[in-house]
Amino acid sequence: MLTLTCPYCGIAADETELSPGGQAHLTRFGPGASEEDFESYLFMRENPKGVHIERWRHSNGCGKWFHAARCTATLEVFGTYSAQTTEPPEELRKIISEKRPGWSWGASS
Amino acid sequence: MKRYSAFAVAREAFRHHAGWERAWRNPAPKKSYDVIIIGAGGHGLATAFWLGKNHGITNVAVIEKGWLGGGNTGRNTTIIRSNYLQDPSAAIYEKSRSLYETMSQDVNYNIMFSPRGVMMLAQTHHEVRGYLRTEHANNLQGVATTFVGPEKVKELCPIINIDGPRYPVLGALWQPRGGTARHDAVAWGYARACSDMGMDIIQQCEVTAVRQEGGQVTGVETTKGAIGCKKLSIVVAGHSGVLAEMAGFRLPLESVALQALVSEPIKPCMDVVVMANTVHGYMSQSDKGEMVIGGGTDGYNNYTQRGSFHHIEETVRALIETFPMISRLKMLRQWGGIVDVTGDRSPIIGKTPLGNCFINCGWGTGGFKAIPGSGWATAEMIAKGEPGPLAAEFGMDRFKEGRFIDESVAAGVAH
Repeated sequence: MLTLTCPYCGIAADETELSPGGQAHLTRFGPGASEEDFESYLFMRENPKGVHIERWRHSNGCGKWFHAARCTATLEVFGTYSAQTTEPPEELRKIISEKRPGWSWGASS
Repeated sequence: MKRYSAFAVAREAFRHHAGWERAWRNPAPKKSYDVIIIGAGGHGLATAFWLGKNHGITNVAVIEKGWLGGGNTGRNTTIIRSNYLQDPSAAIYEKSRSLYETMSQDVNYNIMFSPRGVMMLAQTHHEVRGYLRTEHANNLQGVATTFVGPEKVKELCPIINIDGPRYPVLGALWQPRGGTARHDAVAWGYARACSDMGMDIIQQCEVTAVRQEGGQVTGVETTKGAIGCKKLSIVVAGHSGVLAEMAGFRLPLESVALQALVSEPIKPCMDVVVMANTVHGYMSQSDKGEMVIGGGTDGYNNYTQRGSFHHIEETVRALIETFPMISRLKMLRQWGGIVDVTGDRSPIIGKTPLGNCFINCGWGTGGFKAIPGSGWATAEMIAKGEPGPLAAEFGMDRFKEGRFIDESVAAGVAH
């Protein structure tokens, strides 16, 4: 069972305690945006076979939203971090790059 | 190819079954083909079959990274129905269902199509209204479905508990001509027929890059070397996003795990397919006697063909509520597949930003029922260079233009 550690309450939560929230750090386009940008914001997800940065909610726990970095090909969890940021923290990016050489934040988006 | 027939079975019975041929050849790839299809699952093989049968194009290779029919084609619950709400969906799924009726004859391979009827239970008043609407839509589309009351549900499937404590059965959308087929035989039947037409089915051959020149596709690089082609079709379900990235474009879909399971075999106890979308589980009985069970997808991206255990628990819990007699059954096997789900829960069949490269994907949780019709429509598109009437509405530009074929509310809960 997938287990993520909530960065707010510190609990290692099983996925039955969590709700997935999809790809993280989307740029939210609104009125005035081009059709391409709006389509991309609404429908085009990265869907990588590999490192995926996601939003999760500790819904049956403290209720907080947070972020997680996970591998969709192996289900390995690289780490979790606060929701109050617009990109993954530097040290987590370093950990992921060591485990998945060639990976870099934003390369595929 | 020697034809399969009752006479052939009798003939072989007299000579210790020594005369059966291999069902398909196992060739090395040629230097180039007119058409390469990536993915030897049901949809890819059906596309190749109709390319040969309807359009006379037989210089075709179907490339598969694993073994043919080893992905979602061999991992589903084999339900065939066409009771969709929207016109474009009803058209392609009904075409597909009707092609299943004659498929055993078309490919000379017994796919064990069993039009036993599919019943979708209505367990809330909202669902009753929804299915009444679908019934009217289906009648206008020429798809034979009727809304039946709880007594008829009980008559068609006596093991259902129609007076459940949480969600009593209020009726059902009944499609008597829906049913099941043997999923492996669908892949094998098409593979044998394609091989017989001279097409090459190349297994254990993974595509690693898509070659292009001046915005046109020129071939693929694979683990068995480079292979050239004039036209390319990507038909790989869960890995569509990976292949699209190789070809240089993005797709509006995400890959998630969907699971199924079967029980120990028991004596015949239900001869219809039942889907219970409110509690979210569906069940039918295989010819071997196993109860074949499916439920919902996981909520997060996944490429591992392995799903979450708690979804099995939810599915089984829902079905025990609906069919109390299965509560003591042991479950024998469980497995997962990777399904590619779009925003409106309808597939994508269309051209891509890369010239002469076509795509068929996004069937999500309900692709098996669509195999023959999807292959028919994709073959027409590859042969003519433009999508025909069956595929026209399913292009990926519909997301930008807001022309959704929205089945996520009407029927997309479970396929």
